[in-house]
Amino acid sequence: MDNLTSSGWRQALLQGFVAGLITVSASTIGMVELFGTRYFLAGLFTMGQLLLFAPPAVLAFSLAGKIKSQGISIVTVKAAAIGAISGAMLALLVWANQTFPLRTVLINLSPKLMGLLTFDRSLAEGALILIGVSVATAVFGALLQFVPRLYRQALLSAIITTLGVGLLAPLLFERIRNFFGQSVAQLVFTSSALQVVPAIIIFAASAALFYFRGKAALNSKPKAEQKLNPRQKMLRQIPLAIFLLILPMLLGSYLTEITNNVGIFLLMGLGLNIVVGLAGLLDLGYVAFFAIGAYTMAVLTSTGPLGVAQMSFWAALPICVAVSALAGVLLGTPVLRMRGDYLAIVTLGFGEIIRILALSDLLKPFIGGAQGILQIPKPSIAGITLISPEQLYYVILGGALLAAFISNRLRESRVGRTWIAMREDEDVAEAMGINLVRTKLLAFAIGAGFSGLAGAIFSPKLTSIFPHSFNLLISINILSLIIVGGLGSIPGTIVGALVLVGLPELLREFAEFRWLMYGLLLVVMMLNRPEGFIPSDVIRRELHSGDEHRAEV
Amino acid sequence: MPIILKATDIKKTFGGLVAVNGLSIEIPRNSISAVIGPNGAGKTTFFNCITGFYKVDSGEVLFDGEYIQNRRTDQISRIGISRTYQNIRLFNSTTAIENVLVGLEPRLETSVLDSVLRTRRFHEEEKSSVEEARGLLEFVGLKGLGDQLSSNLSYGAQRRLEIARALASKPKLLLLDEPTAGMNPNETAEMTRFILDLRDKLGITILLIEHDMRVVMGISDQITVLDYGSKIAEGGPKDIQNDVRVIEAYLGRGAASGLKDAKAN
Repeated sequence: MDNLTSSGWRQALLQGFVAGLITVSASTIGMVELFGTRYFLAGLFTMGQLLLFAPPAVLAFSLAGKIKSQGISIVTVKAAAIGAISGAMLALLVWANQTFPLRTVLINLSPKLMGLLTFDRSLAEGALILIGVSVATAVFGALLQFVPRLYRQALLSAIITTLGVGLLAPLLFERIRNFFGQSVAQLVFTSSALQVVPAIIIFAASAALFYFRGKAALNSKPKAEQKLNPRQKMLRQIPLAIFLLILPMLLGSYLTEITNNVGIFLLMGLGLNIVVGLAGLLDLGYVAFFAIGAYTMAVLTSTGPLGVAQMSFWAALPICVAVSALAGVLLGTPVLRMRGDYLAIVTLGFGEIIRILALSDLLKPFIGGAQGILQIPKPSIAGITLISPEQLYYVILGGALLAAFISNRLRESRVGRTWIAMREDEDVAEAMGINLVRTKLLAFAIGAGFSGLAGAIFSPKLTSIFPHSFNLLISINILSLIIVGGLGSIPGTIVGALVLVGLPELLREFAEFRWLMYGLLLVVMMLNRPEGFIPSDVIRRELHSGDEHRAEV
Repeated sequence: MPIILKATDIKKTFGGLVAVNGLSIEIPRNSISAVIGPNGAGKTTFFNCITGFYKVDSGEVLFDGEYIQNRRTDQISRIGISRTYQNIRLFNSTTAIENVLVGLEPRLETSVLDSVLRTRRFHEEEKSSVEEARGLLEFVGLKGLGDQLSSNLSYGAQRRLEIARALASKPKLLLLDEPTAGMNPNETAEMTRFILDLRDKLGITILLIEHDMRVVMGISDQITVLDYGSKIAEGGPKDIQNDVRVIEAYLGRGAASGLKDAKAN
């Protein structure tokens, strides 16, 4: 027992040090200063302050979860230690900056930052406040672990909801102003932050909502869920369907445009999910099929000099999908015998070849080289040309729904079983009579077809396309989003696309720091939740099979 | 007895190593035959040659009237040879029943389009597959464990599940690679009975690799002994037990001659 407590202490000190490192780094790279101008709660506290005090609270919360059994008083003291160390390290930074000319090296240590860190007081007073607040938030975080589960989850959800509303305040302000007018919007927000009273209302309302939902979930029998007949299941989908249909009206042009980008990545994600998530074929050149779909659409429909057929969008669409799927088969054939890393390298090469071909002089007479293809007409339905993002949204929604539908049905059938068997053990799958050539090529073709569909919608969306739109980063982005979402899982792909494509767009005001957060998110996710946000059953079992005991027979 | 599998003079080398050296073997239909031999004698390589996992360098394999030596593994599986592995190889992150369903795969007929459109054919086939898989699980003694994750089953159950998966393709010839390896005497006895059942109840010809001599001598109609990739003896359990070359291969020349002397006295 003695041993355990002493190791617990070392962990507390370590966590404090980590929290301090995070806050000090965020300060030195200028993040705190930039975020310091952005209020969460109008006039009360800024996102910069959140950055300073959230790390000790989060780390104390997670440590408290592990050492809960040591009792509330010991845990409180340890949490306080975490907060104190973190605050002290910040104070040390301020002191060091006053004593040594640190700013010649670390240019972000501006007087303004120092003012933020000391709350515009003297070093000693500022240090006391820093340490005091850090200790308070850390202890608060730790004590949350001792709140009964139902209340704790409601509280956490409410905190996250309120923070989320505060984070997206400028966008929400703009939307509410659009619908209800300036005066209503100003009741809730200043132009960029939550007002205090609405924040409290939002917090209380969401806490109550999550509490009752949690309670309802506890009381209802889980079996009842499965006994719904198909018609009841359909009925349950109606609110979602209505929501998806009116979404562009709620969002307005700018946000719909972001949603459309998310949709295109989602479409590609669903395709890659089949290739990587189900069939286990690591494809790093996936953007190639996106490019092929986009260029096919461009060549077939463009009204410019490079257009060959001036076809309509709808007539060209199936051709684009077919050409991409064929390209998938053509790439798939030479790499049939390759596995894992080798396959990844070959597909990586294939993706680059397609991009460089598009740039090359060889194909310039046909697809325009670096000048790309221009004058790609927008699709039209019944004489209405779909120009605005709100109109194109429905095309993308249709594509994504179709892809999700097909993915889901394939996964829950013999095709899905053979893909998973092949991913688990290719040799055994073959010995069980599975034709590896056909199974692999089918995965490549369907994955490439989805990606080609995305490309075919992408090209009229932009009305002109250039080779540099199809770089390696897109393949990597799609791979990241399906992994972060949950490999092999369709809902996971949706969440992954929203988080990795949607969020960076929404957080444009934070400039380059959003990519830093993107990177951090990837690292933290892979360390703490390698199975992704919404893992498929199969992957969850794989990663956590050690946790379960072997069933006795 | 009619012959179901006839391998003629098959040879397989890896670089300079001759793993199977001109092996000829005939497996009678409805028999239980065993391949034994010291470690590294080429037994598993021989299995891999029959199932098409390795391409043979030379020689012919005639199975049920067809030459199969250059066929792909999945084609060979489809015409009726199925196998299990020395170190159990299940699809670990899937459930027991899903493993068996994969084994049924070669006999399914619905297309990709059926799967997407959920045609009546699809539903019928899916229903009968699941029923058949349940039946197979029950036959191997895993009734009620279909929804268990295969990696969570006990060792003996995993061996049986592997056999159920192999049976799903309705094989005529079943290759078992050390089916009782790592089992205690009780489990071994049970597995031995089970192998007899496979032959007697399902009419499947069994070819097995096995190190446990009590199992081999107890159930085999025909035993083939390999050493350094060549056949050194063949016959019924009695003949093999008394074969000098077999004893030499297993115990060394000195022990063999000692045994001969003991017998003479």
